[in-house]
Amino acid sequence: MPKTISQFDWLTILIYFLLVIIGWVNIYSASLDDTATSFFDLDKVYGKQMLFIFLSIFLIIILLSLEAKFYERFSSVIYIFSLISIIGLFFFGKTINGATSWYAIGSFTIQPAEFAKVATALALAKFISDIQTNIRNWADQIKAFIIIALPALIILPQPDAGSAMVFAAFFFPLYREGLSGAYLITGTLGILVFILTLVLSPIWVSIGATGLVIFLYFFTKRKRTGIMVYLSILIMAVALSFSVDYIFENIFEQRHRDRFNIVLGKEVDNRGIGYNTNQSEIAVGSGSWFGKGWTEGTQTKGNFVPEQDTDYIFSTVGEEWGFVGSSVVVLLFIFLMLRIIHMAERQKSQFNRVYGYSVAGILFVHFFVNIGMVLGIFPTVGIPLPFFSYGGSGLWGFTILLFVFIKLDSERMSFW
Amino acid sequence: MRKILLYIIVITSGIIFLARLFYLQVLDDSFVGLSENNAIKVVYDYPQRGFIYDRNGELLVSNQPSYDVMVIPRNLKPFDTTELCNILSITPDQLVERLDKAKIYSPRLPSVVIPQLTKSEYAYLAEKMRKYEGFYIQKRSLRDYYTEHGANVLGYIAEVNQRIVSENPYYISGDLIGRQGVEGYYEELLRGVKGVKYIQKDRFNRDLGPYKEGIFDTLPKKGNDITITIDAELQKYGEILMENKRGGIVAIEPATGEILALVTAPNYDPAALVGRKRSENFTKLWLDSISKPLFDRGLLAEYPPGSPFKTINALIALQEDVVTTEERFSCHGGYFYGRGRKMGCHPHAGPLDMVPGIAQSCNAYFANVYRRIIEKYPTPQEGVDTWANHLESFGLGGYLGSDLSTGRPGKIPTSDYYNQIYNFPTYKWFSTATLSNAIGQGEVLMTPIQLANMTAAIANRGWFYTPHILKEIEGSSIKEKEFTEKKITTIDPEHFGPVVEGMHEVYKSGTAAALRIPGIEIAGKTGTAENFTRIDGKRVQLTDHSIFVAFAPVDNPKIALAVFVENGYWGGRYAGRIAGLIIEKYLKGEITRTDMEDWILTHSLEDEYAKPLTGEPFRINQ
Repeated sequence: MPKTISQFDWLTILIYFLLVIIGWVNIYSASLDDTATSFFDLDKVYGKQMLFIFLSIFLIIILLSLEAKFYERFSSVIYIFSLISIIGLFFFGKTINGATSWYAIGSFTIQPAEFAKVATALALAKFISDIQTNIRNWADQIKAFIIIALPALIILPQPDAGSAMVFAAFFFPLYREGLSGAYLITGTLGILVFILTLVLSPIWVSIGATGLVIFLYFFTKRKRTGIMVYLSILIMAVALSFSVDYIFENIFEQRHRDRFNIVLGKEVDNRGIGYNTNQSEIAVGSGSWFGKGWTEGTQTKGNFVPEQDTDYIFSTVGEEWGFVGSSVVVLLFIFLMLRIIHMAERQKSQFNRVYGYSVAGILFVHFFVNIGMVLGIFPTVGIPLPFFSYGGSGLWGFTILLFVFIKLDSERMSFW
Repeated sequence: MRKILLYIIVITSGIIFLARLFYLQVLDDSFVGLSENNAIKVVYDYPQRGFIYDRNGELLVSNQPSYDVMVIPRNLKPFDTTELCNILSITPDQLVERLDKAKIYSPRLPSVVIPQLTKSEYAYLAEKMRKYEGFYIQKRSLRDYYTEHGANVLGYIAEVNQRIVSENPYYISGDLIGRQGVEGYYEELLRGVKGVKYIQKDRFNRDLGPYKEGIFDTLPKKGNDITITIDAELQKYGEILMENKRGGIVAIEPATGEILALVTAPNYDPAALVGRKRSENFTKLWLDSISKPLFDRGLLAEYPPGSPFKTINALIALQEDVVTTEERFSCHGGYFYGRGRKMGCHPHAGPLDMVPGIAQSCNAYFANVYRRIIEKYPTPQEGVDTWANHLESFGLGGYLGSDLSTGRPGKIPTSDYYNQIYNFPTYKWFSTATLSNAIGQGEVLMTPIQLANMTAAIANRGWFYTPHILKEIEGSSIKEKEFTEKKITTIDPEHFGPVVEGMHEVYKSGTAAALRIPGIEIAGKTGTAENFTRIDGKRVQLTDHSIFVAFAPVDNPKIALAVFVENGYWGGRYAGRIAGLIIEKYLKGEITRTDMEDWILTHSLEDEYAKPLTGEPFRINQ
């Protein structure tokens, strides 16, 4: 055991604790009211989060004590158990804020979707590292897609589109393991065309796309790809562009349309649909260089930003710690993710690497969507900021996600 | 590529976020204020404005409570419209219109529905207020006047305008600020400092308690009570004498420079600019472009000084040593110069030396004296500038620097001025071109307060204090250097004797011999100033202004004054009588020359002022 302890990536563990502690400090401020008592008051949000943090430590000890092989061996079981747990929500779930995503145990609630990510990561790693799997094959690509999409599709109608969206993070391990770059290009182009069409108009986007394709065709030196490829890409882009209106108006719901319109600046409604984003920008923007000081944020104190201890926790950081404090938090996340990617790359086993990439990908999607939303550059999507946002399930889900990888990483040398 | 894609994405998004944070938090500061408005409610605690007393301790201005009916549209509940309208004496349509306006301004913030209730309205409404949810009564403090006079001296208070709000961070919309007069000049002294409370709000606009436990909160500082130099009794008397006339009276205590009375006519009741009728009354005064009641003639009207100016020319001549008091000049119905040009004079015995020259106000005498001053120097430029220098030492030709909220510099021409209008050096000009200066006509312009100050300097035999209106702050005398330091004129004290004697002689044997006040030795000087206007594009000479300066008693002056009565025929007719009455009132406290008083009170110049409008002809000096 002593040997194993020295194998743990203590740097990652240190960043984890820094984020958890900074997160709690901000939750304390965001949820503070005039009946403040002790830090451990379990009637208060910050008291509960303190409890969750202590419980996380036990969880970590258990996670690190289990044998690394356990996670690989039991990944399928964990995955199936996780699927059952999210399906069970349709029968036993508790509805909070319109989403039936929780199990209630006494006064505590648990959100199984947070754990489903870990299970899916394990299952995906297990499948891809199978000696018979070749991700370049169509068949295997479809199987991998099913493993990812199954929990996402179960979560989606709860409704919890945010959590479902996170499953897009599994693109990163798949791409790392050899999934064709065409998916990446197609996806990126699709999103680009979609957003540009919303801002401009289908006609302009089509003209632009045509021009770009002609330029690329005549000015690329290596003419390996035939004219048909260029043409089909162009046709798809134009078709998508012209159907954007239909998708936007008929498939999207009004609230989704609103969120896009707010971020794209096509609509300004600071009292109605744009209230959250506007208040959050005010809170962050009023922080200046060094912020207003801990528990001194006027926006935070006045509860102007909704959900400020959960999804909008970063606005507290912005207001009370200013540019300096916010930058430190952003850099900690960036450093943590880079560290995890680095660790994933040093794995000898494919299982470990796929899992590591999944961890980095999931953290990244959460980080990007959440902070992007708080800063008003991403549409409002309700997903928590890892380690930061209030909530036991979230904290434990991310703790398990991360520490399973730390455990795997610590035994990377003793494989085979 | 496969290995570095996620690295690149992570790092890129990190850069995007840091840039966005930098923009929101550091570059774009529009959010800083937004947050304060959002979450912090600022509540002001207005201190009581300082009282104003006159030099004898008589209270002139205090405060009265005033009650505004306010509304917060969001909190409105259905109410008995008819009853409320009856209490407030407005029509239901007006009420609905005002409520709509308030709603447009803000549904959450208070707006004024009915400003400044009368006391009886307030008493009646206060009882019923609970029936009208969404309405409440806001107490404010307004000025309460104990005098009907001196509106121009006291000034008034009014709501700040948008320009003041944007220029001076102390004021917020709805605050009151002093305008004009003492209220305007001593605004900071009188207003005190308002207290501020910062209250943290939540998003439902509920109070959460003091922001940061109130460390930024301040207590209000009460305004200072001030005593002004005005003698309210004298001011009142001056205004009564000036009824039906236009012009100004400025009376100064020579020994201190304190302004005893500052009368402008026509004037208005200070109470007219308080209360619900304020804006109606103000508009009425503002739009009266014929008699201009808001124009403080004592401070702002620049008139040609006329003959009183001769006294100062005599002083300059003595100082420049170009004439002796015994030297006589003859007068043949005027002064002839150049090629057949003549400056006329009225009939009197001659030839005259200085004392009777002043007493008889002989134009020819002063034309000679003035030319000697200018021609003492090799060029007329040097002569005029030397002459102007002496005048400036009496506070002429520039702002006096008094603590009155308004003023004008008047005009004393210098060589630059004449060089310009005569196009020097292409053309030359000589002393005769400026000869009107000898008798206070032509280019010279003075305001009544400058003329009064000049008289005070003569009364003091060579020095003065800058005229001022503030006497005490909270009972202790002012220490401002500009009002407590003697200004010494360029004329040596020994030269004042003959001039004062001449002015004394004005009363004994001269142009004001009929205006003597029993028991008071007065030195004075009449003035009759020609003036012109344009009617339908033609230059028309109007009836002369009546001007008088005086100080008394001659040997120990207690009061020096200047009186201007527009189109008052000649010096002795209106201004001279008024000057005598003011002096008697101030020194004796009662009037013995009731004949003069009756004459002034029963004579009006309104017909004269109507002439330019009716087209009636002017009979100049008849």
